[in-house]
Amino acid sequence: MPTRTVTVGSASGLHARPAALFVAAATAQPVRVTIRVGDKRPVPANSMLSVLSLGAKRGTEVVIEAEGEGAEAALDTLADLLVRDLDAEEQADA
Amino acid sequence: MPEPSGPQPLRGIGVSRGVAGGPLMWVGAVPTLPPPAPVTDPSAEADRAVAALAEVVVELGRRADRAREQTVADVLRAQAMMADDPVLADTVREEVAAGRDAPHAIDTAFATYRTAFEAAGGYLAERVADLDDLRDRAVAVCLGLPMPGVPAPGHPYVLAARDLAPADTVDLDPEQVVALVTEVGGPTSHTAILARALGLPAVVGVAGLRELTEGDPVLVDGGSGLVEIGPDAAALAARRSVAATTAAGATGSGPGRTSDGHPVALLANVGSAREVPGGDDAEGVGLFRTELLFLDRTREPDVDEQAAAYGKVFARMDGRRVVIRTLDAGADKPLPFLRQPEEPNPALGVRGLRVARRQPAVLRTQLAAIARAAADTGADVWVMAPMVATRAEAADFAEAVRAAGLPKAGVMIEVPAAALRAGQLLEVVDFLSIGTNDLSQYTFAADRQCADLAELLDPWQPALLQLIAGAAAAGRSAGKPVGVCGEAAADPLLAPVLAGLGVTSLSMSGPALSWVRAALAEHTFADCERLAKLALDADDARHARALAGNA
Repeated sequence: MPTRTVTVGSASGLHARPAALFVAAATAQPVRVTIRVGDKRPVPANSMLSVLSLGAKRGTEVVIEAEGEGAEAALDTLADLLVRDLDAEEQADA
Repeated sequence: MPEPSGPQPLRGIGVSRGVAGGPLMWVGAVPTLPPPAPVTDPSAEADRAVAALAEVVVELGRRADRAREQTVADVLRAQAMMADDPVLADTVREEVAAGRDAPHAIDTAFATYRTAFEAAGGYLAERVADLDDLRDRAVAVCLGLPMPGVPAPGHPYVLAARDLAPADTVDLDPEQVVALVTEVGGPTSHTAILARALGLPAVVGVAGLRELTEGDPVLVDGGSGLVEIGPDAAALAARRSVAATTAAGATGSGPGRTSDGHPVALLANVGSAREVPGGDDAEGVGLFRTELLFLDRTREPDVDEQAAAYGKVFARMDGRRVVIRTLDAGADKPLPFLRQPEEPNPALGVRGLRVARRQPAVLRTQLAAIARAAADTGADVWVMAPMVATRAEAADFAEAVRAAGLPKAGVMIEVPAAALRAGQLLEVVDFLSIGTNDLSQYTFAADRQCADLAELLDPWQPALLQLIAGAAAAGRSAGKPVGVCGEAAADPLLAPVLAGLGVTSLSMSGPALSWVRAALAEHTFADCERLAKLALDADDARHARALAGNA
């Protein structure tokens, strides 16, 4: 199954605004994506509560996984989002 | 002329003047879970539970759209996403399939996440309150009750509550809420403070309020303390014209002074340019809180950004005085970018100026930005530091302010140590500003959030007044200004007392200025001194207020 291992880049971790952006992007994908930390149980990437519960901080390695048509593209999009510092981009917007 | 027939008005304590009317709406209470009910149609029951969650999502989205602060909108949207979680909906359906009714299924589904969040600690543990709020809202919808918190019906109304908690009022919209009425509370309750800050008429301690029905038209007179029920249009119009006359008398502008011309500068407390009062209602800004710019930031705003934000406020004051306070943050008001460790006792920890002990660059950057904004706008900028306890701290701060090229350095008097040593502090700074809220908290060892201790935090407490008197006397000897900023300054009854204690300026939220100006103009300075003496000599806060009020 296509997977990507990504290091979380947002300063506040996968919380608050970065988590909301990630979950919204995952929901918009044509395939079902899961996300996990280490060898813990994978959770659906379109579930805000589950993603928050991962407790992923800046520098935490996460694995995202998807299968089916468009899986590679979906994972690329989401991986790109995870490595960026979404908190810093908020500043740039402000 | 015969009295118009109608229900007798209710009577309470008027705590914020003005008259306004509208349909009465209650703050929604947190629902209690009813006993479990048998489920006959699991499919319909599951739909009911999921529909309740959907309604919560819609309601939070609506509030986010209306929020004026971007941060508040972001928080509400993040909360809406939690309620909109597909896994949560699946769990709720599973719980119903296992035999639970809708409210219990919702409660159980949230409980799983609640445990996980609590166990994770840190950021997630702080989100537990968000989960509880979502659960309460969804359960209320299931039970056909209004959602907890302040209603947002989309039209003006009178807000009724047993008492208002700070949490209720975070996103209270002054364009919809025209007046406040509560069953309990006194002149220093949170409701009273909030109403004065927002310039809303308010009556507290209204017996029989609970008997009014949601939607009843009421007329609230914050001066007389009367709440009239079902006022017809004529009565409403008549009362409005009386109120307008009274308000006209109180909204004179110009500098604050007693009836015999003793000046007491009337200044505004602001957090951003939007809050700066228009016209010449304020003689300047007495407290410009700079925290707003830093909230929820994970990186410190740079000099350019800070200078631009400060410059906006300075420019709006057209050369008048602006007292800007350096960052008041720390363990009790955590700012993400400071990355401070948790402390066992945040109120007694590294907060206010103390943050500069660990991170001096933050203060230096801020002072550089203030200096640049002052130079760009030509405003009369005074700078002060929060949470100063010793002369050495004050001297270090004053040196940093002067090194940045700023002419006036002052410090807040928020801890008893500073009040007792006001004379020594004034040897090294140009002015003092007394923050009565924190000074009360530290003088009485009473947490500001602790409702059980509210009477200790009453600004009429003689011990607090004594500390203010000492600081003001030190100012007089040194020939330097000593102001009061904080809730105490917005109380029209207390203003003459503070003037009589020797305070040279009062700084408050914009809407309170006219009432305080009017209250000062009703007394000679000798009157003020007499009231101050009565209040100082009183046995307790209640007694002090009664003596000053009846004198």
